[in-house]
Amino acid sequence: MLSMTTSTTSDARHLLGASDNELSALKRNGFIDRLFETTTRLFALFVLLLLGAILASLVVSGWPALQTFGLDFFTIDRWAANIEKFGALPAVYGTLITSLIAIVIAVPVSFGIAIFLTEKCPVMLRRPLGITVELLAGVPSIIYGMWGVEVLAPFLQSHFPTLFPAGTGLATAGLILAVMIIPFITAITRDVMVTVPPIMRESAYGLGCTTWEVVRSVIFPSVRGGLVGGVILGLGRALGETMAVTFVIGNNLFFHATLTGQGTSIAALIANQFPEADGIQRSALLALGLLLFVITFIVLAIARLMLNRYDRKSA
Amino acid sequence: MYSVYQRRRLINRVIMGFCIAAAAFGIAWLLLILWSLVVKGGAALSLSVFTERTQMNGGGLGNAILGSLIMTALGTLFGSIIGVAAGTWLAEYGGKSRLASAIRFINDVLLSAPSIIVGLFIYAVVVLQTGHFSGWAGALSLTVIIIPVVIRATEDMLLLVPNTLREAAAALGAHRWWVVTRVCYAGARAGIVTGILLGCARISGETAPLLFTSLNSNQWNFFDLNSEMPNLPMTLYQNMTINSFIPRQVELAWAGALLLTVAILLLNIVARVVSRQRG
Repeated sequence: MLSMTTSTTSDARHLLGASDNELSALKRNGFIDRLFETTTRLFALFVLLLLGAILASLVVSGWPALQTFGLDFFTIDRWAANIEKFGALPAVYGTLITSLIAIVIAVPVSFGIAIFLTEKCPVMLRRPLGITVELLAGVPSIIYGMWGVEVLAPFLQSHFPTLFPAGTGLATAGLILAVMIIPFITAITRDVMVTVPPIMRESAYGLGCTTWEVVRSVIFPSVRGGLVGGVILGLGRALGETMAVTFVIGNNLFFHATLTGQGTSIAALIANQFPEADGIQRSALLALGLLLFVITFIVLAIARLMLNRYDRKSA
Repeated sequence: MYSVYQRRRLINRVIMGFCIAAAAFGIAWLLLILWSLVVKGGAALSLSVFTERTQMNGGGLGNAILGSLIMTALGTLFGSIIGVAAGTWLAEYGGKSRLASAIRFINDVLLSAPSIIVGLFIYAVVVLQTGHFSGWAGALSLTVIIIPVVIRATEDMLLLVPNTLREAAAALGAHRWWVVTRVCYAGARAGIVTGILLGCARISGETAPLLFTSLNSNQWNFFDLNSEMPNLPMTLYQNMTINSFIPRQVELAWAGALLLTVAILLLNIVARVVSRQRG
């Protein structure tokens, strides 16, 4: 970085032999310099303030509920507004299970697409397919949700009635989430895979390795952190996703240890109940929001730490 | 003769076959979703969708489209100012200092933080304090979401400007602020605009943060940002949930979904074209 100090201008004025006009211009520009740096720094500090404000507002407004229910808040197995009994367990279970289903489906598919894009795909198709993946990542989540409830859920219900008795449910939500995060994970995986120097790839091919052996023994080991980081980033997306899940999860407020039955997730519960909530229920929903923020913050922080070594451009 | 070579080739074939299948699987989902959008949305598109307001029976999406445009534009405007300034500090002054690293890290985390949390935050800070839902609250929540996107783009693009350009300008006697605003911004302009456009695309489809901030309304709202603001994503959500028993509302929701997706894809494509023009 460049280092220019403004202090030299005032010390060296007699050395410069500058006129009054030039001196005042120097002074003015020095003032603008300091003003510019201070202002931009204030805006940068705004990011820290934002994080602090989000945490503080959630803690303050969720505090009444946390105080009323204490640790029971995390273990009560139902969420019932009519009897003022609020437990986070059904929502936390739904959030974790749907995200887990999404990751299990999305990771092999995304890695497959990324390997295809970087190793096998004809050069002609590489760019258009890559752009398609990136565009898919830009489709808003509410579109996935609408499509899930109008097309996917009825299809599952009519073709697999034993697995999906209602069409909607945790597994359906997990499937929609998987479709949503496949483009994210694919884009990051491809970006870290192309950071492997071509010479390593070519040496391995020169030794007679097959494509799969090159990928498994040369490329994957050298970008392992980036791959894991990308997967965790996808997990972070899945955990906090609201609209795609709300439509298809079924919104069952009782806790059932099920994979395909109906349930709810933290984000879906907030989206459904918050507009009509008041008093202790609103406070409990805000406490749930705090819980979601803390979980995703930890997950995303881990992902970032693992990805930071690679090109910052990815993701 | 069975050899280790044949086995290796077989394994390779099977796994590459899986990769091609995975790519086809991924593309198939996209085509299925786009196909539903075009078929269901295209069937419901007509001029009245743009000119009439949302109503229980019939009507269009005009007010929702207008409200979405207003809030997205405001969010993009505020977010660009804050984001570009903060990104400038990180790239030009922050360097590798501990404060800059911390801000960079927090920003990267906020970049993928759940948008519903932002909605809750603005609800607690703005809606509860003012006592009513408002277009301002909606625009502010979108601002919070776009800021990290713009910061990241600005910083990355400024770091691509070669240091020799800064040194050359400084050697000619240019002051630091002049170097940044005239030399660095000129070099990074296309990239920063791309970042802002991508951020704009991202917030125009956000639904969760608007649920408890701008809410929705079925009236025309011409720039009265102190009252509830109709918007497209919320209208889609309500038409597909509480109003889904009315067939016309579901049709309108698909028309809106098609418009929203086309707008976002166009923004993404324009952003890519802009970034490719960079020398």
